Amino acid sequence: MNIATRALLEVQETTLLAARAARRLFRRPTYLPEMITQMDVIGVGSLTIVLLTGYFTGAVLALQTYPTLKFYGAQDQTGRLVATALVRELGPVLGGLMVAGRVASAIAAELGSMVVSQQIDAMRALGTDPIRKLVAPRLIALVVMLPLLTIIADAVGILGGWTVSTTLYGMLSGTYTAAVWEGLTSKDVVGGFVKALAFAVIIGTVSCRQGLKTEGGTVGVGRSTTTAVVMSSILIIVADFFITKGLQVILGLPT
Amino acid sequence: MATTNLEVPSKEVHRTDDGPVSEAAAESTFAEVDDHDRVIPAIEFRDVVLSFDERVILDGLSFVVNRGETKVILGGSGGGKSTVINLILGLLKPDSGRILVDGEDITEYTEAEMMGVRKKIGMVFQEGALFDSLSVYDNVAYRLHEQGVPEEEVEQEVRRMLRFVNLEDAIEKMPNELSGGMRRRVGIARALVGGPTIVLFDEPTAGLDPPTARTICELAIKLRDLEDVSSIFVTHEMNNVGYLTSEYAIVGDDGEVTFEREGERLCLINTKIIMLRNGNSIFSGTDEALRKNEDPYIRGFISGHMERKDEG
Repeated sequence: MNIATRALLEVQETTLLAARAARRLFRRPTYLPEMITQMDVIGVGSLTIVLLTGYFTGAVLALQTYPTLKFYGAQDQTGRLVATALVRELGPVLGGLMVAGRVASAIAAELGSMVVSQQIDAMRALGTDPIRKLVAPRLIALVVMLPLLTIIADAVGILGGWTVSTTLYGMLSGTYTAAVWEGLTSKDVVGGFVKALAFAVIIGTVSCRQGLKTEGGTVGVGRSTTTAVVMSSILIIVADFFITKGLQVILGLPT
Repeated sequence: MATTNLEVPSKEVHRTDDGPVSEAAAESTFAEVDDHDRVIPAIEFRDVVLSFDERVILDGLSFVVNRGETKVILGGSGGGKSTVINLILGLLKPDSGRILVDGEDITEYTEAEMMGVRKKIGMVFQEGALFDSLSVYDNVAYRLHEQGVPEEEVEQEVRRMLRFVNLEDAIEKMPNELSGGMRRRVGIARALVGGPTIVLFDEPTAGLDPPTARTICELAIKLRDLEDVSSIFVTHEMNNVGYLTSEYAIVGDDGEVTFEREGERLCLINTKIIMLRNGNSIFSGTDEALRKNEDPYIRGFISGHMERKDEG
């Protein structure tokens, strides 16, 4: 098989997995305890890195843009710039990338080890559908938690920008927050939310697919883990472009 | 039959098999003395072919496992032994041929339909394949938890099964705290929950020291003789074959299970051997017939001195 065929096959298999997982969500038994465990592992577990990433991204954004804006006499608008950039782009994308690094690797490694040690076969032999028991809860947990994490990242990012603007550049707190409120629209928030949802689906399906198709012992587990992280990260960045363009059309954002 | 060099020995095998206790004769007595259901084989393969890409794994394999019978599948690595088991469980699908479990043709079954069939099959994996994230208790209880059985019944059943494999002390432990042999035994206990009528063993003694391997074989013998379970025992170790084909379990007056060797009075006929090579069966019959077989590959396998040129 050449690369193009392999890539197409991979897209097909990943999509099929997502579809199968989605279909199984509405059939019994649903694994609610698994879902909650995964939400804890994926969501609460990623909180620290998302908080740190968000805060410092917002801070550095203010640090970099304030001098440029000042050149045009528009330094009052720092808050607006930081907030818009974060909510529209950096929150979902950086949040997605951080979660991809942490969660996609963990999922692929866990499922991969289970395949290699025949635990997936054992599960099927014992009459459990691995897609329902393992894939669906992880996918749901990601779809619920990543948007929430993104919102948290946005919020602390804006806080980071505020810290820098008020302490290092001596801006009035009210000026910054006023610009934030003025700059943000509900469309920005919706757009960011949609992106986070899409990235969650990407991370979940790619990492589960890579984990489940693991072959070749422990080396294979390593390979699956790497592929899961690399593929979901690249797909997030590529998908971000197309989603942004789509949102501009659908939500009628200024182009 | 794909290659001509295979046909010659297999014909010879059938001739040697027509001894005093041939398989056909044993089957007909079964039909006469037992109730109607017993004539339906527990597992039946009819001309099963399976290949991955270019590599042929099974090349028209046919065999039958009767009720209460243990079939030992012998053969070298890569001979398609484990594939047979994966086919019965529906983890793999054959390219052609039919597979029947309890007279039910499962060849075309979907994953959802297979779930019903898997309920009556217990599977013991090579390394145990225990769920790392679950304790021994939860591993053994897995099937019952999935079915939503009340916790008191679950605990009773789990303790009974762990007692059967003599591991009740390990109930609280995690799989990574167990030794290789203990993991296999927990695997057996897990496979037996729910009272399966068919148990499949995939190289359950690989990598174990001889006494532990013997313990595993004794468990298989107990299942065969005391629980009336049909089973397939995949292995490449001749001493396993020795235990399984020549020892039987009885319950004494004190309720203790003891193992005795077959002798003048009694000859075990509920354990048969199939030898696989290059995806086909080159021998099928009793251990006595196997030991008398003249095929150079089989002779080499039994004595442990394989001629390398024969491997091709």
